[in-house]
Amino acid sequence: MRRLVLILVWAGALLWLFPIAGAFVTSLRTQQDISANGFWSVPREISFDNYSQAWERGRVNRYLVNSFIITIPSIIGMLTLSSMSAYALVRFRFRLNRFLYFMFVAGMLLPFQILMLPVFQLSNRLGLYDTHLALILFHTAFQLGFCTFVLRNFLRTVPVSLFESAVIDGASEWTIYRRIGLPLILPAFAALATLEFTWVFNDYLWALVLLSSDRLKPVTAGLSTLMGQFVNDWPLIVSGSLLAAVPTLLVFFALQRYFIEGLTMGATKG
Amino acid sequence: MPHHRLAPLSFLLLPLGLYLVWVIYPTFATMVLAFTNWDGISPSYDWVGFTNFERLFGDRVFWRSLANNVRWVAVFVTIPLALGLSLALALNRNVRFDRFLKIAYYLPMVLAFVVIGLVWAWIYHPRQGLINSTLFSLLSVAQSLGFDVNPAAARRIGWLGDPNLAMWSIIAAATWQHVGYVMILYLAGLKTVNTELLDAGQVDGASPWQLFRYVTFPQLAPVTTIVLVITVIQSLRAFDLVYVMTRGGPFNSSNVLANFMYIEAFMNYNMGYGAAIAVVLFLISVGFIAIYLYRVVQQEER
Repeated sequence: MRRLVLILVWAGALLWLFPIAGAFVTSLRTQQDISANGFWSVPREISFDNYSQAWERGRVNRYLVNSFIITIPSIIGMLTLSSMSAYALVRFRFRLNRFLYFMFVAGMLLPFQILMLPVFQLSNRLGLYDTHLALILFHTAFQLGFCTFVLRNFLRTVPVSLFESAVIDGASEWTIYRRIGLPLILPAFAALATLEFTWVFNDYLWALVLLSSDRLKPVTAGLSTLMGQFVNDWPLIVSGSLLAAVPTLLVFFALQRYFIEGLTMGATKG
Repeated sequence: MPHHRLAPLSFLLLPLGLYLVWVIYPTFATMVLAFTNWDGISPSYDWVGFTNFERLFGDRVFWRSLANNVRWVAVFVTIPLALGLSLALALNRNVRFDRFLKIAYYLPMVLAFVVIGLVWAWIYHPRQGLINSTLFSLLSVAQSLGFDVNPAAARRIGWLGDPNLAMWSIIAAATWQHVGYVMILYLAGLKTVNTELLDAGQVDGASPWQLFRYVTFPQLAPVTTIVLVITVIQSLRAFDLVYVMTRGGPFNSSNVLANFMYIEAFMNYNMGYGAAIAVVLFLISVGFIAIYLYRVVQQEER
């Protein structure tokens, strides 16, 4: 019984890796080779040519830079702002406290379509349409829901006495937030930042809605351009896709523990 | 907790302001737009009452998309859930190379849906794709062994081109992505299961299935609720894969509400109509958001 389970788990794992492995093998071959001899043939030659083509001619280099320009400020913005809102929700008693907390929680589960048109309208009116700033502002704002939710629950486990002693010392609330609140939140920051990096980096829909210039597109939107540019050259398209995945894969491998912590923090401690 | 008036405001002003402008206001603004005939370009638009909704409920594409969303939810709350839970149970014990095994299932979760869409579009490619090539090679081997099969038939399967297959093919790619997530949540949940109860059950001679059914699974109930809600929300949000792989085609056979809405609003410039679709999608989600909120409220009172 136990044997059988293990065999199934291994078979499943290999099956799960198969698409990525197959894509990688394809990326090293040429279109002619595959269409002439089929996928299950010994490659005529192995080359990284598709990667350099996707990188230069497919402009994946430019698109990846754009993705970082959008993602990094968004993460800094959402972590800074949500640490403030989480601090306020945990530290102070005021009438709308619970209501605001529930609002943040409900907001993080909204279907994106209910926001799309007014967000598009708003970015036009503010003159932000087709700028990176529009995406940065939107990602920061939307992810405040999830970040506030996670950080608030994280901060609630801190003993109140830690704050009280600072109050007695006569420190202002902003000083307490900086000296006690932030250092306490830091471990949660790592998990949130890792998770949010993949979410924001992988966003496609909002880039479609808020950008139109090709030179501003993040790599997700850039890939669909690439697909139109190199119709049917699948090895090249697949190479571009794999290149686009490298940053999130690196983050995942380097910070796997935090990534998983972030996911479970949001879902099980709620 | 101190009782303040101004201090919370100073901390909340920026985050709350941003949230109200980009999340809360748009939610309500869409509900207003749904009753107009805005085309996305004209500066003004008229109030048209329920016209958009009347048109929507008579639109076959709408019903088709809704039915596909229901299919998506139905598959998602069964297959990834069962697989994710089984894998979590199997890997919760000491297994050799468990890190490798877990990574294999987690990997798709890290990839962008666009990347998944493109890679799977290649996998599904009729002539050169991974699946049909594999079938072709297997059938060729069978043929050379004397079986009466036609390998060329394998290349005629249009995973994304056949209206009867396209939706299921996309859902399969989405399932590949979702299993790891369910597994992570259950693995976290299993750490909180009371092992004393399991030991007691074992002493009483319960079978492994009974232990799971009556001891472990009930204790996982809170995780299961969260997994279900998030899975349904994810299914309703499904857009990227459909848009990248088929744009909802062929003949709307793989259309879903999110894609239908995007195409109406941003390709056909029927913004008012798109808003109406968004409102319907929102109303479907509200029930599930409420379940999640209910659980959060319960947690607060504990």
